[in-house]
Amino acid sequence: MARLLDVIREELDLTGTKEGCGEGECGACSVFLDGKLVNSCLVPAAQAQGAELRTIEGVADGEQLHGVQAAFLECGGAQCGICTPGMVMAAVDLLRRCPQPDEAQIRDGLAGNLCRCTGYVKIVDSVASAAKRAVAVAEQALQAGAGANP
Amino acid sequence: MTQPLHLGHSRPRKEGRAKVTGAAHYTDDVRMEGLLHGATVRSPVPRGILRGIQFGDGIPWNEFVIVTAKDVPGDPMVALIEHDQPFLVADRINHAEEAVLLLAHEDRFLLERARAAVRLEIEALPPLLDLEDSLACKEVVWGQDNLFKELLIEKGEVDSVWKTAAHIVEGEYRTGAQEQLYIEPNGTIAVADAGGVTVWGSLQCPYYVHKAIKSLFNLSDDQVRIIQMETGGGFGGKEDYPSLIAGHAALLSMKAGGRPVKIIYDREEDMVATTKRHPSRTRIRSAFDTEGTLLALDLDFAIDGGAYVTLTPVVLSRGAIHAGGPYRCANTRIHARAVATNTPPHGAFRGFGAPQSLFAIERHMDVAAAQLGMDPIALRKRNLLKMGDTTATGQIIKETLDLPGILDRALEKLDYVSKKHQYDITNRASAPIKKGVGFAVFMHGCGFTGAGETYLASVAGVEGRSDGKVYVLAASTEIGQGTNTMFSQVVAEALRVPMECVEVAQPDTAVVPNSGPTVASRTCMVVGKLVQDAAQGLRQTLVQSGLLPEPYDGEAFSRAVKAYLEKFGRLKAYSQYSTPPHIVWDDQLYKGDAYTTFAWACYAAEVIVDTRTFEVKVEDFVALQEVGRVLNPVLAEGQIEGGVAQGIGYGLSEQVVWNNGRMANGQMTNYIMATSADLPRIRVYFEENPYALGPGGAKGIGELPMDGPAPALLNAVQHALGTTLPREIPLTPERLMEILEPSNA
Ligand code: FES
Ligand code: FES
Repeated sequence: MARLLDVIREELDLTGTKEGCGEGECGACSVFLDGKLVNSCLVPAAQAQGAELRTIEGVADGEQLHGVQAAFLECGGAQCGICTPGMVMAAVDLLRRCPQPDEAQIRDGLAGNLCRCTGYVKIVDSVASAAKRAVAVAEQALQAGAGANP
Repeated sequence: MTQPLHLGHSRPRKEGRAKVTGAAHYTDDVRMEGLLHGATVRSPVPRGILRGIQFGDGIPWNEFVIVTAKDVPGDPMVALIEHDQPFLVADRINHAEEAVLLLAHEDRFLLERARAAVRLEIEALPPLLDLEDSLACKEVVWGQDNLFKELLIEKGEVDSVWKTAAHIVEGEYRTGAQEQLYIEPNGTIAVADAGGVTVWGSLQCPYYVHKAIKSLFNLSDDQVRIIQMETGGGFGGKEDYPSLIAGHAALLSMKAGGRPVKIIYDREEDMVATTKRHPSRTRIRSAFDTEGTLLALDLDFAIDGGAYVTLTPVVLSRGAIHAGGPYRCANTRIHARAVATNTPPHGAFRGFGAPQSLFAIERHMDVAAAQLGMDPIALRKRNLLKMGDTTATGQIIKETLDLPGILDRALEKLDYVSKKHQYDITNRASAPIKKGVGFAVFMHGCGFTGAGETYLASVAGVEGRSDGKVYVLAASTEIGQGTNTMFSQVVAEALRVPMECVEVAQPDTAVVPNSGPTVASRTCMVVGKLVQDAAQGLRQTLVQSGLLPEPYDGEAFSRAVKAYLEKFGRLKAYSQYSTPPHIVWDDQLYKGDAYTTFAWACYAAEVIVDTRTFEVKVEDFVALQEVGRVLNPVLAEGQIEGGVAQGIGYGLSEQVVWNNGRMANGQMTNYIMATSADLPRIRVYFEENPYALGPGGAKGIGELPMDGPAPALLNAVQHALGTTLPREIPLTPERLMEILEPSNA
């Protein structure tokens, strides 16, 4: 039986989603299905009928990297890169649920995604930096809005 | 001196954007017309004779491409150190999971069913599965005596010391197998047709595969082309094994009339069938005087090589040379042996023998301190190597070296002394939670061992291309450790141009020279230096041609490259390794300069031990090291952090469970590597001491962090529990229970 992961990689040819284990342990295959983070290696393709799917290819806005992606690049959150798409998805999901996580919350939030290269330090730092950057952007927007709105 | 433009700065990862967007192309992401999927049928038994192959009912076998040992056109053995490992079993089976038959089909679901429908008729033979049994020759499964390699390193007169020494401390230490567990499993694609063989793969060493395929198919150099795809981690696990998979895919493709064949291992196949770290056993007998000066060290170091030689002799050699640790000892004997068993061949894994022997000696120093009633810091400080001292092989330390300082500063970062004192008191209470601190001091030899680099005589180069950029030409691969970025920084520095002016050519044996394998922490220190020299040569050529007036910026440089190419057609420069004249090594006597230099470190750990659940939790970890100069702090820290995490797993949780020669826990669910929630923040510190022969003063860095965590952690457990008994890793809860409650276990 085809898995959602097979459909994504083989039929849709979206190869940014990776297979690290095929057993729901590593998180390399993480995608959003109807806004919910899932391991696509565990989802039967049939179950995704009619659902909205978002993969790593849909995270950046054209050439403009998502804040999490930019932070991974800057802080050294990616080494070999095979876990990175899944990590980025998990981080986006975490920041949506918990916009200003502390280190323990980040570590818990990413515990479903394995990385063999980094020892997680730079990944944790990437997520913290993305959260900080999001606040800065929001504040700027607020100030800009306040200035335009006397 | 001019300020460095790039070296020492954290330039972002060169291929980072492709990795964070999912655009990077790994082997399994490649699409090809007419592609077939390949699968491997493996032996379920560890030793036997293949009597027949049965193809079960219900499978349209005529649609399948089928390859056996009979289809091999050239040398049936993998060309590496010895040619003793067959690509496919002809009749003798020497380990479980050994490849017997290959299948290919377009439909990978049907392929899986077909694989399960093949039945091997095997006459089983009694397997040899234990290191000690192999040393005792209970069965002989390789050569006359199971011995892949034996070495003796001798210095002084060890046996003259025992009678008069104040203290003699003995101990035996064991380390288990460890799985590399890169998150991208092994995989290759091959096309074998009249023109030759082309391979695309997840691999560390393109020229190893090149050599193996050449001899498998009896082809010339230029008929074989190996291309490295983006590689999702290696850690040594993609050093020699890809030669085997590439051979399999190519044999299938040949039989399929040149259609491309892709073999991608699933997680379990990768875990059970491919190489792991060599299990080891070290016996140490040591003598000290009343003050704690080390008078003699007698080491018996043995490793289990598995069924075939593969890289084992080299692993043994590095392990043996590191076995004496960072200590001055006038009388040393290191007897090292690697033996055969009927387990899948053990192979390269970050550290390459050194984590095994350094675990033993660094654990032994704390055992000795306890027996001598000395503080482990004081005991080590009496004996640590300093400039002018000689190592076990007689290598004189010629650089400034401040190991006591490295030790002090690491312990200070952990607040070791006051914690030690505090826990000495609190651990006396009857509470089930105990705390402890421990550390290890160690070194890692940079580059190939002994005459390895001389023999390799690696070549690397740079090339100006028509886009005005300079491309690095090297077979050294990016496997996550930052090769692309580091090479670009070194070249941009040498050319004094922005990073954007430099690219790294994809490792493709049709394009890049043989800069040697991507192993042994040599890519930065050895190949980086070659690339730097080549870039300086290229710059000189441009300046002398009059096309590059100084000063220049990136644009002017690119214009000059283009102009040069228009005028002369070609702009390339190469550099070849030559051994520094002061480096002398005797491979017969195992004496002399085993490495051109060493990286040095002290790692310190704090643990919490729960004596009810027998769990050991790492509370704090400090990694302080001297690695020459750091070329890119973010990348270098990342290397250390990742290595320490693997080292913590090696020490505490990553247990390979064997069942009749097969790995019984070949899944991520039951082979336990740490998640982000299991680890503390690993704290990394560098002390800079520029190394004259490395690019920008750099030494090797990649393997060092694997060596220290396991002994530091077990030393901390010794402190927490007040027992010297933990002597074997991984120290799983089950093992700790055996130590603390032997009657219950
Ligand atoms: S591939 Fe889906 S969790 Fe590992
Ligand atoms: S970066 Fe390699 S597995 Fe995470």
